[in-house]
Amino acid sequence: MNLLLLIIIPLVTAVAVLLLRNKQQVRWISFAGSVAQLVLAFTLFFAFRNERTPGNTAQMLFEQNYALFPSLHISFHFGVDGISVAMIMLTAFVVVAGVLVSWNIEKMTKEFYFLLILLGLGAYGFFISLDLFILFFFLEIAVIPKYLLIGIWGSGKKEYSANKLALMLMGGSALVLVGILGLYFSAGHSFDLLNLSKLAIPIEKQRIIFPLLFVGFGVFAALFPFHTWVPDGHSSAPTAGSMFLAGISMKLGGYGCLRVAAYLMPDAAKEYSTIIIVLASIAILYGAFATMMQKDLKYINAYSSISHCGFVLLGIGMLTKTAITGAVMQMVSHGLMTALFFAVIGMIYDRTHTRQVSEMGGLMKVIPFISTAFFIVGLCSLGLPGFSGFVAEVTVFIGSWEKTNIFYRIATIAACMSIVVTSVYILRAIGQTAMGPIRENFSQLKDATWNEKLAAVILIIGIVAIGVAPFWLNDLLRPGAEIIMNKLIGK
Amino acid sequence: MPDATIIALIPLLPLAGFVLLGLFGRKYFKNSSGIIGTVLILISTILALYTAYTYFTTANVGFYPRLVPVNYTWLRFSENLSIDMGILQDSISMMMIVVVTFISLMVHIYSLGYMKGEERFSTFFSFLSLFTFSMLGLVISSNLFQIYIFWELVGVSSFLLIGYHYKKPSAVAACKKAFIVTRFADLGFLIGILILSFSSGTLDFNTLIATLTSPESGQLKTAAASTFLGASALTWGAALVFIGGAGKSAMFPLHIWLPDAMEGPTPVSALIHAATMVVAGVFLVARLFPVFSITTPGVLEIVGWVGAISAILAAIMACTQTDIKRVLAYSTMSQIGFMMFALGVSKYGGEGGLGYTASMFHLFTHAMFKALLFLAAGAVIHYVHSNEMKDMGGLRKYLPITHITFLIACLAIAGVPPFAGFFSKEEILLAASQNNTIIYWIALITSGLTAFYMFRLYFSIFWNKPAPSPLERAGSEVHHHEGGFAITLPLVLLGIGTAAAGFIPFGKFVSSDGRALESHLHLQFSIAPVALGLLGIFTAMWLYKKQNERPEKLAASLNGLYTSAYNKFYIDEIYLFIAKKIVFNLIGRPAAWFDKNIVDGLVNLTGNSTTAISEKIKKVQSGKVQQYAIYFLAGVIGLAILFIYIWK
Repeated sequence: MNLLLLIIIPLVTAVAVLLLRNKQQVRWISFAGSVAQLVLAFTLFFAFRNERTPGNTAQMLFEQNYALFPSLHISFHFGVDGISVAMIMLTAFVVVAGVLVSWNIEKMTKEFYFLLILLGLGAYGFFISLDLFILFFFLEIAVIPKYLLIGIWGSGKKEYSANKLALMLMGGSALVLVGILGLYFSAGHSFDLLNLSKLAIPIEKQRIIFPLLFVGFGVFAALFPFHTWVPDGHSSAPTAGSMFLAGISMKLGGYGCLRVAAYLMPDAAKEYSTIIIVLASIAILYGAFATMMQKDLKYINAYSSISHCGFVLLGIGMLTKTAITGAVMQMVSHGLMTALFFAVIGMIYDRTHTRQVSEMGGLMKVIPFISTAFFIVGLCSLGLPGFSGFVAEVTVFIGSWEKTNIFYRIATIAACMSIVVTSVYILRAIGQTAMGPIRENFSQLKDATWNEKLAAVILIIGIVAIGVAPFWLNDLLRPGAEIIMNKLIGK
Repeated sequence: MPDATIIALIPLLPLAGFVLLGLFGRKYFKNSSGIIGTVLILISTILALYTAYTYFTTANVGFYPRLVPVNYTWLRFSENLSIDMGILQDSISMMMIVVVTFISLMVHIYSLGYMKGEERFSTFFSFLSLFTFSMLGLVISSNLFQIYIFWELVGVSSFLLIGYHYKKPSAVAACKKAFIVTRFADLGFLIGILILSFSSGTLDFNTLIATLTSPESGQLKTAAASTFLGASALTWGAALVFIGGAGKSAMFPLHIWLPDAMEGPTPVSALIHAATMVVAGVFLVARLFPVFSITTPGVLEIVGWVGAISAILAAIMACTQTDIKRVLAYSTMSQIGFMMFALGVSKYGGEGGLGYTASMFHLFTHAMFKALLFLAAGAVIHYVHSNEMKDMGGLRKYLPITHITFLIACLAIAGVPPFAGFFSKEEILLAASQNNTIIYWIALITSGLTAFYMFRLYFSIFWNKPAPSPLERAGSEVHHHEGGFAITLPLVLLGIGTAAAGFIPFGKFVSSDGRALESHLHLQFSIAPVALGLLGIFTAMWLYKKQNERPEKLAASLNGLYTSAYNKFYIDEIYLFIAKKIVFNLIGRPAAWFDKNIVDGLVNLTGNSTTAISEKIKKVQSGKVQQYAIYFLAGVIGLAILFIYIWK
């Protein structure tokens, strides 16, 4: 399995899209490209399993290493473990769905699809990179297109949101860059993740670098109080933009926090874990309560994303094997779920031309498919068993409960409390939009088109596959989490 | 022992029904979905009866073991800790699968007639199947987390079914209320699970109960020793789990969702009240009974009091309600209260375990007569197109089968021998009298009240004022008869069950420790409750058999009590106050405000001040090379200092 394919295929698709003239062709080529990525992601998953099952315990599989700038010790070093494979699959799912829901974009179609695919490419590159410099490079690729996506195809106060998002994320990346450079200079002039993990970085250095990296990546992952780009960014972004933003970009942050910050600097991670847990618990509860007061569907999902992403950071902060596994599960689960949520909101908005819940009602009757998808994603969001959200949250809870100190217990209970608040806001949203009396002006709406249906079905399959049979994901993630944990406890 | 696949099929068939009807019902099985769902449940019922029969007959004399024929690891956390999907066979799970499948089958058949012509006919049946599947999964769970998973699925099925008439705002409000209130209780359950699983190091029921109850196990000592706010971890765990159970079982003060849940179609109410959902809480306590019984300070004490208070409060409220479904709803709450306090006054093992057996027995008989009451009420509502008692009266002429079966059910719930309720209630009262005198007295008064309000209902519907003859009834949809075979068949079958179920020697099969328990019926002991029951019945007859002024006078003389009971003791208002005023206004609104103005305000401030600063310093970019050189030099020196002193 050649990991470079994960970069080449999107690249070829993107170039092809740029060369085409006809909008219809652009759509179909993008779709074909994204399906190819999905197939590739599945191939990777099975190839990975085939390697692991007979007992290949190498930390990273399918490694490739080409020196790029030997004098600076920068190299194209790729490799995947279970965690990256899961993230790659998530990306592939979201990309396909995103391409499908953007079928009706008429304004600068070609450029739109180009940027979407570029974003996907950045994410793939990020997840397979084992060289921090290259990893940073891909992180940037995944940021810049978003500015354009919101600025050009967005709605509402899009300039403000685009600026805010780009500036905050750039600020985050600046911190990441400084942190990476700090690592480079403090530990043997290397950008190589695996190399760095073997070196002992002095604790004084860790104390300085860890916050830089964690906050830097944390901005992406909606770390409280650096989350305010989330609501505005999402609400102004076009549907696929929101899907990518919440489904993929926020996961880059979580992945970075785990893979770069916590993994390379375990001592600092332990020292700072209290702060991380406090911030994560605040995000979980505070995000949930803030969601309760929102009236715009996109704001509801944006704030609930802050709450849900809190679980990722909580899991990382707890530093137990199960909690870390749960954190990654939550990334995958939330990525799929939130992509579906935004897709559904986009579909509703395209028809009703409003996102205010108070202006809707009885949509179940007129657009049953979309409303059913809305029900499903809502139930997933409130952690109903059978959907992915439950599995991830429960894993985080169980992992967190392993910590016996009263402080951790209180944080865990606070996180548990969100299951009630979440159900309040989700049921309010569903109750006012899908249920209730039908509004006269909405009685003639058309239900989902084939592309929208396909997008929703693909994401629902992902959600249900994790929710009904979580063991495959668990088996995929645990060894990766174990390696991180072993380093943490100093094995 | 029957093959494991057969047992697995019992819940899987309804699941298949749900998936099939849910995905394709609307398109391909528009009219046949009812039949498909019913046939699948029928097969499940037969398999359940077969399984239970073999289990109870092949056991060693008088001892019923806990067997786990199927167990798959679903989500592994560590060596011992994992969420499994399994089947636990013991006396209560075997009893429950029979109850659930049988009642569900009755409800399915009934719905074939009752829901005929509904627009979302197939959706309705798919949800019914989901409900049945969830409840079956719950009762056969072999793992503490498995039970939580199905617990939540039961919650969502009830949400979907209560909100079946989704265009009605009251139905939407009711289904949201049911889900959120029970979810709130589930929070306790979840934390309780975390505590119990952490204390015992496992989630598997058998291992968990074994490690936490054997006196020499290290886990028990640790769990009993580690205290928080004066109670041991074990007590906390059990108490929190009980909160979850109290929520689902609509125990005071978490009962507020139950009366509103009447917004669902009547067959759904029958299912919720008789076999699924509300008995889940009782089942949960019974399932973890060995753990509950060793906690000190005793959680069973709490269980007993919560049950007793719920029983009497609900009975008082039931006396004043005018919506017949609401009366039945409160009667359910009251009867579930009986089951709860029966568990509360019970001990583990031997003769002391009478309460446990009695509770399960009452669960069993209650399922019969409560399903019957609801289905009969449905037939009445179908006939008069109203839920209000004032629109009814004299219906015995027009609904003969409904009348007789309803009467049987009323006699059963009132505890009149030889109907089913008599036997189970006597056992409960006996258990209570042996352990807790105050609870016994509460229970005695409640059973008198029960007889009163049930016969108030009976006389108001079937006697009281003469019914308008069918010809006089307004509207064109005149029903001259009771609905079809599909409606009367379940009534008759349940009527037979209600009349006969009491004669089952229940203690032989179900007991707290799996050993057969001889139940003794004391004749003298029965005199008081039966007399009170009859007193209740005659009072109701005196007040409601014929139209008269007495009920109004009585209500007026009890003014304060009557009004507050009619208004459900204002508990809803208290909740509304907490939810609206405190949670929304004091937590939600400030959180949203804080985010918008403080956190985001800081971000905007940073942005704006950056703009302002750059506005000021843009003059630096003057184009003069000498100036640049100076800045450059300053910068280099600055960095050099930084690196030399700070970075070493």
